[in-house]
Amino acid sequence: MKRIITIIRPDRLEAVKDALEKLGIHGMTVEDVKGRGRQLGITESYRGKDYNVDLLPKVRLEIVVKASDLDSVVNAILENAKTGDIGDGKIFISTIEEVIRIRTGERGKEAI
Amino acid sequence: MVAVLNSGDTAWMLISTALVILMTIPGVALFYSGLIKRQNVLNTMFLSFITFSIVSIIWFVFGYDLVFGQDIYGLLGTMHNPFFNGILESKALAPLAPTIPTGLYAIFQMTFAAITVALISGAIVERMKFSTWLLFVPLWLLLVYIPIAHWMWGGGWLAQLGAFDFAGGIVVHLSSGIAALALVLLLGIRKDMRLLPHNLGYSVIGAGLLWFGWFGFNAGSALSAGDLAVSTMIVTNISAAAGMLAWVLMDKLNTGKPTLLGALSGAIAGLAAITPAAGYVNITAALIIGFVTSIISYYAVSHLKPLLGYDDALDVFGIHGVCGIFGSLAVGIFALPAINNVLTSGGLITGSFNLLISQTIAIVTVALYSFVVTWIIGKVLDKTMGLRVKDADEVQGLDINLHEESGYRLS
Repeated sequence: MKRIITIIRPDRLEAVKDALEKLGIHGMTVEDVKGRGRQLGITESYRGKDYNVDLLPKVRLEIVVKASDLDSVVNAILENAKTGDIGDGKIFISTIEEVIRIRTGERGKEAI
Repeated sequence: MVAVLNSGDTAWMLISTALVILMTIPGVALFYSGLIKRQNVLNTMFLSFITFSIVSIIWFVFGYDLVFGQDIYGLLGTMHNPFFNGILESKALAPLAPTIPTGLYAIFQMTFAAITVALISGAIVERMKFSTWLLFVPLWLLLVYIPIAHWMWGGGWLAQLGAFDFAGGIVVHLSSGIAALALVLLLGIRKDMRLLPHNLGYSVIGAGLLWFGWFGFNAGSALSAGDLAVSTMIVTNISAAAGMLAWVLMDKLNTGKPTLLGALSGAIAGLAAITPAAGYVNITAALIIGFVTSIISYYAVSHLKPLLGYDDALDVFGIHGVCGIFGSLAVGIFALPAINNVLTSGGLITGSFNLLISQTIAIVTVALYSFVVTWIIGKVLDKTMGLRVKDADEVQGLDINLHEESGYRLS
């Protein structure tokens, strides 16, 4: 089982969600976050003066999938979260040892 | 004017008074609160509301009398009727506006006093103690606003000298803008003095209410529902529009993109600058005043402020102070007796220097007076109560630390 944490643009969330839905991936945790990458934010201009805003609003999705679904899920995120501009985000993948559904006590793949 | 109550004038002045009230609560409150950090949104709104309350009471206890009472050596009015005693009962007409009741004239003038003090709050937001502000308001009203308003509007020495200030370029914008500068020099800079508006939507609504209310502010200063009010309303609107367009142009030329806050700032610059001149100038002059003042103000906030390093958080000096000066000088340049026959002489364009000289004297003396007295008040308050909040309160935000309230709750 794999855990995918991906940080994407807030305006790409719906497209990524729809694409995952088509793959049969329903479960996810989403939160609004702020962060920065290598470009160190953007510059906003107010009353003729420039200000650097180095923490930008992003959305973080956490998804746990079967290892066999990993590639298709990653591809769906890549296709739908990409705009080609700086600030599209990242995907982090790690291995999950165990998953337990609290309501039924099911474990492993059955609990995803 | 014949001293007979005119219901048309009275109706217009009632409406104008309500319009000017709308400028402070909620106009200034919303405009300012959108521009600051989210942790200070309530404190910033609170400053405008509490100021309005304090001034509302003081004005009728002794303020009106000290400004408009019988002149003492050109300096202050006599306190004949503390607590407005007997005036409502007598149903007297206003000596300076003899077609409306004295009470209406007094409450109209009260709204000017309230917004003037509330404007100052834009400079000191995000770091001044609320308790100290509560004391600053009555002290500043008594020691700065009331004398200046008497000198210009109550028949004091500046009026006797021949200076004109139709709706408050000197009394309102210059005095508050300079006071703001004095106060921020005492307060010092914030830990984070960036202007990153947390909710520009509030500021859009606030600026809209200010523009709307300004018709009461300026056209109401005609004190009657007639030709002068109409002409004043038109030049007020033109100056605001020209100010907005000029700032957008400056944004485009300097940074490549027009900004909404820039547009709002330009409109307010145009409104502030036309205020002293609104009852004396024509449309061509209003176009020039709005356009030029916006450019001057743009450079004041984008270049002068960073150069000198003071932390005028929401540019009260850069916009109101600077535009108050320019607009009041513009009276001396563009005023036409054909627009308003109370003028004893026209401005430079009519070939007369006299008005420009008296305007300059008024600007310089009021600026000096406001700066020095505000500095003294600020210094005394700093030594006794302290001006500035604790560092931790400033970092975490004033809403939760000073008021135990949050503007935005997560759940």
